[in-house]
Amino acid sequence: MKWFWYASPQTFYPLAGRIALWCGIAAVVLTAVGLYIGLVVAPTDAQQGEVYRVIFIHVPAAWMSMFIYVVMAGWAAIGLAFNTRLSAMMAAALAPTGALFTFIALWTGSLWGRPTWGTYWVWDARLTSELILLFLYFGFIALRAAIDEPRRADKAAAVLAIVGVVNVPIIYYSVQWWNTLHQGASVSFTRAPTMAATMVAGMLVMALAFWLYSIAVSLVRVRCMIREST
Amino acid sequence: MLAAARAIVCRDLLVAMRRRSDVALALLFFVIVVSLFPLGVGADPALLHAIGPGVIWVAALLSSMLALGRLFEADHADGTLEQLALGVAPLGVVVVAKAAAHWLLSGLPLVLIAPLLALQYDLPPMLYGVLVLSLLLGTPVLSLVGAIGAALTLGLRGAGVLLALLVLPLFVPVLVLGAGAVEMAAAGLGAEAQLLLLAALLVAAAALAPWAIAAALRISLE
Repeated sequence: MKWFWYASPQTFYPLAGRIALWCGIAAVVLTAVGLYIGLVVAPTDAQQGEVYRVIFIHVPAAWMSMFIYVVMAGWAAIGLAFNTRLSAMMAAALAPTGALFTFIALWTGSLWGRPTWGTYWVWDARLTSELILLFLYFGFIALRAAIDEPRRADKAAAVLAIVGVVNVPIIYYSVQWWNTLHQGASVSFTRAPTMAATMVAGMLVMALAFWLYSIAVSLVRVRCMIREST
Repeated sequence: MLAAARAIVCRDLLVAMRRRSDVALALLFFVIVVSLFPLGVGADPALLHAIGPGVIWVAALLSSMLALGRLFEADHADGTLEQLALGVAPLGVVVVAKAAAHWLLSGLPLVLIAPLLALQYDLPPMLYGVLVLSLLLGTPVLSLVGAIGAALTLGLRGAGVLLALLVLPLFVPVLVLGAGAVEMAAAGLGAEAQLLLLAALLVAAAALAPWAIAAALRISLE
């Protein structure tokens, strides 16, 4: 296998274009299917009514926000280890998408929280750690933006991403501890134990659509970076 | 290796002693921030009891972050840092020594003055021990983790604000456990769990942070 053949920006550029195109088309189709399942087919929730339908955006966005950070740190580590410029570009291209999904997860979460919990924001462990994740994304983007020299920006941001990914579980557990020890949870994330199969299907289709969207936009962004750097 | 580390610590302390006002500034900042809170939220004793530990810990975080800018900046400006990086002592040892000196100058004074501020907030005397112990375990973690951010932002414009954005999210576990230890003790429950976890964070930071600091410094010095 020629693993390193596509590690060169020149050879990767056309491949990225093709993958981005097909992933983009698939993302649009799957989003349409997922929203149809979620908004039309899926039954109304017995306890929450129609408002639960926000989970078709919220849950996949929250998954992506965490997953993209890990992938970003993985690309950053590969970039540091093999000194490949393209890996650092991939990490940089994923960051805005990750930040976007983190923001969407927080935003849709608060829209869901208002009618369900009666408040836009609670200092729940998950909400708090998601907010800190958003700050970590902003730190990564800001550090890259502050360094003019591209190689130094790549490497410095890579070190920060790796430090961040080591810290994410520590932050998550410390915040969870802090919350559970402080006060009894006034609200709980546990939903009705059984979910209708169509709800699960809608959520999975939306998650797949978000995956493909992330791949498409980050590859388009990588193509822009390759253009800028040559 | 130890001789090199000791020499760096002694040198940094000596340099700081020649310019005592720099050391005093971070400490004064800490005292002022803690003193501002009662003016902002009101002097109700019950409220002050409740927020006291948290306020002292947040102020310690901010003050420690403010002092981070000086950690490598002066040595970078006059070329000392490059000489240290080129020297025989491993860069990991050098940065640990620098972080230790930084903690002695910015962290230890906070630990020592904390009981006085606890007095302002009328915290019961039995909490002073836990407060001092939590700060004693937590502030070295702030110095070590903060040094990663200081090394990454070395020589950048607007490094101060950027440093805050980079390191404050990473300080969250220390804040949660440190303030949590004091509050647990105030509630009459044992604070051992939080203090042990803080100690674990300190051990983990002491073991892992030097690698990251050294890597970040090498990138910044290239």
